[in-house]
Amino acid sequence: MMDWILQIAPAWAEAHAPALLILLPMLAGPLSAFLPGGGRLAWLLTVVVTTLCTLLSIILLAQVQSVEGGAIISYAMGGWAPPHGIEFRIDALNVLVLLLVSSIALLTSIFSWPTIKAEIADGKRAMFFGAFQVCFMGLLGVAATGDAFNLFVFLELSSIATYVLVALGSGRDRRALPAAINYLLMGTIGASFYVVGVGFLYAATGTLNMADLAVQLQDVGGNRAVQVGFAFILVGLGLKAAMFPLHQWLPNAYAYSPSFVTAFLAATATKVAIYAMVRFLFSVFSLDFAFEGMSLAFILAPMGIAAMLACSFQAIFQADIRRTLAYSSVAQVGYMLLGISLGTAAGVSAGMFHLVNHALMKGALFMAVGGVVLTYQGTRIHDFAGLGRSAPWTMTAFAIAGLSLIGVPLTAGFQSKFALVSALLESGWWWAALIVVFSSVLAVVYMGRILEAVFFRAPNNPHKEHKEAPLLILVPLWILAIANIWVGVSGGFVYGLADDAASALFIGGAS
Amino acid sequence: MLDFVLERGNYWAIIGLMMIGLYTLFAATNLIKKLVGLSIFQTSIILFYISLSRIDGGTAPILYGKDAGGHGGGHDEASGAHGAASEAAHSAADAAHGASDAAHAAASAHGLENIYSNPLPHVLMLTAIVVGVATLAVGLALVVRIREAYGTIESDEIRETDLEVARAEFAVDKSDEASAA
Amino acid sequence: MAGPRTDHHVVLRIVAKPLIPIIALFALYVHFHGDYSPGGGFQAGVIIVVAIVLYALIFGITPAMRAVPPVFARSLAGLGFIIYASVGVWSLIMGGNFLDYDVLFNEEPGGHMGQHYGILMVELGVLFAVAGSMLSIFYAFAGRVTEIKDEDW
Repeated sequence: MMDWILQIAPAWAEAHAPALLILLPMLAGPLSAFLPGGGRLAWLLTVVVTTLCTLLSIILLAQVQSVEGGAIISYAMGGWAPPHGIEFRIDALNVLVLLLVSSIALLTSIFSWPTIKAEIADGKRAMFFGAFQVCFMGLLGVAATGDAFNLFVFLELSSIATYVLVALGSGRDRRALPAAINYLLMGTIGASFYVVGVGFLYAATGTLNMADLAVQLQDVGGNRAVQVGFAFILVGLGLKAAMFPLHQWLPNAYAYSPSFVTAFLAATATKVAIYAMVRFLFSVFSLDFAFEGMSLAFILAPMGIAAMLACSFQAIFQADIRRTLAYSSVAQVGYMLLGISLGTAAGVSAGMFHLVNHALMKGALFMAVGGVVLTYQGTRIHDFAGLGRSAPWTMTAFAIAGLSLIGVPLTAGFQSKFALVSALLESGWWWAALIVVFSSVLAVVYMGRILEAVFFRAPNNPHKEHKEAPLLILVPLWILAIANIWVGVSGGFVYGLADDAASALFIGGAS
Repeated sequence: MLDFVLERGNYWAIIGLMMIGLYTLFAATNLIKKLVGLSIFQTSIILFYISLSRIDGGTAPILYGKDAGGHGGGHDEASGAHGAASEAAHSAADAAHGASDAAHAAASAHGLENIYSNPLPHVLMLTAIVVGVATLAVGLALVVRIREAYGTIESDEIRETDLEVARAEFAVDKSDEASAA
Repeated sequence: MAGPRTDHHVVLRIVAKPLIPIIALFALYVHFHGDYSPGGGFQAGVIIVVAIVLYALIFGITPAMRAVPPVFARSLAGLGFIIYASVGVWSLIMGGNFLDYDVLFNEEPGGHMGQHYGILMVELGVLFAVAGSMLSIFYAFAGRVTEIKDEDW
């Protein structure tokens, strides 16, 4: 159905799309760090690069979909054949992540200019966009690469850039600095654990290529080194993905970084780590090993449930909207983990579907908050009181995304929660389905608290005149809000992608 | 029993370093000490990889003697070296299980006269060292900025100040709400 | 600053002066001999920076910043990055995969010009990037106003 894209796309772009996807931000990142003009040129370059990357992701999607059941695109870096050289391997699973990351990056970078102008000092803006592009490149690289160690390099590349981006929020609130260093300490432990795990796998198999690892691990079986490696990798990626007890870095990092960074990170960073986790659980390690040998369902499912309950509760008691949303992010990661922990195709596709939808709604929510920060300087619920009247466009989009977060019918959140609940019931986990419903009630409480303040309370601040966020914020915000409704009304397209991704893991993943 | 312990001396060293690093990271309140702990932790990982690459009797992985002359140069040379590298990789895997004889056999089976240690983990750790240096630099830069913003680098004092700020904000919210109602 | 008469670092200065160019030269050796012996861009870049750091330690940070300005260091890091990526672009234009050195010079199969010069250029990019960023890191820390005065040491 997407063959027309392959018709119009130039041949070179089709042949080299995986490499170009990384190459463009790699070239533009250092370039934009040195562009003059107080960051305006750097911003334009960023928008151009993210646009091109989105187009390349669409081309890749069309290529993957051109074959029934999903093609696998393998790109050998430097012409070295895969098991030895570094391979970029695109299949139905990571093309979804690539498309998500690049399109969110496009929308948030359009959104970024007004907020960056207000939050980042003049001389730092060009460097800021350079760091953003390095972060963007790292996230794309994690999603695209087929080499376990290369994944670590890209993961750390994006993380180091992220620490810098978070710390730049210190212009507005100095608490960004401790948040950034906590994130740095935790994130580095996570990445190091991951490397230790990869080291054990390498000792057991002598290969780093993920596809080759999958084959070799079949022969090695339940070797002790493999089991230890598995545990290290799971903990390492769990830290990066803010899996429940390992999420302590997240709320502060999201609450105090610049609005643009929060919107981008909330929609992409943990998602990419979850993708890497799924890749390892299902495609590198076989299903039998991960779920029967290591009884993974008994680890991931309780973690997911604990996240859904504990962090939703914590979200209720936050005074700062960004912290509320950050805790809710951890809770939503719990939904994804619960879906994954089922170990069935339906569960994984529900998890991936929720992953995409969560990116759509959190992106929109944090963008709206960013708009308010720009016009009214304040992120506490108290500051939001009465904004429904003075900034109706911003707040309507906020409300749509918020309803989607709760899971109201006709929104994206409903579709993915419905998919999750039906996957749970299919496996006979009716108690988990009940907990999902209960946790949605908690979401009603914490979102309802904000929405009540926004629409029904009188403005606290007497001099809050009618003040809407600028158009550069409103347009991407509304694109995401409409995407939430579109997915909610006809979830077919995105659900199809998530389903393809899951079936790629369960049918052709190991080979 | 003693043999069991001594044979795995490198692993004990690695585990020891890793625990020292992690303990420092969690227990220290001084941010610089935390970063030092992080560095020790990362060093233990580097040691882990390097000890994986060791093969009994192996030398630095640069072809010499007959091995270097055997190839006609050009691209063959590259692919030959590459083959040797992958062979060494597999033999390293064997060596990790303590079967050094297998490593010898693998090396000689590939037609190399000398035994080379596996170069790949060294290359990987070169990258990891660079990543570690970058992380450490960013971390120290953050500590400098924290010192300027807070006047301290003790993490518990920073938490205390932040908590006070949060309490003050909360009090303002409450009083505003009370006056609005 | 203390005058030359009261300078108690005179031994250091005399020893460092001839050492600095030799260190820089050694860096170039490590770089260009990197495909026959251990070495390469990373190591060479760090060694070059060692020369500049030594200069800064002995003659002070301000003269070092005059000799190698911080803006230059930062640009060097960016330039290195771009050199690395451009070799990749070059190989793409020549019809190969990203960073496929074999196609760089359109040579016969079995020719090894591409492998030889390709890796040298990439390593040159690495050298610039490493040298530039290490120096920037050094300047960023050393260039801040210190709280401890020189006399208090």
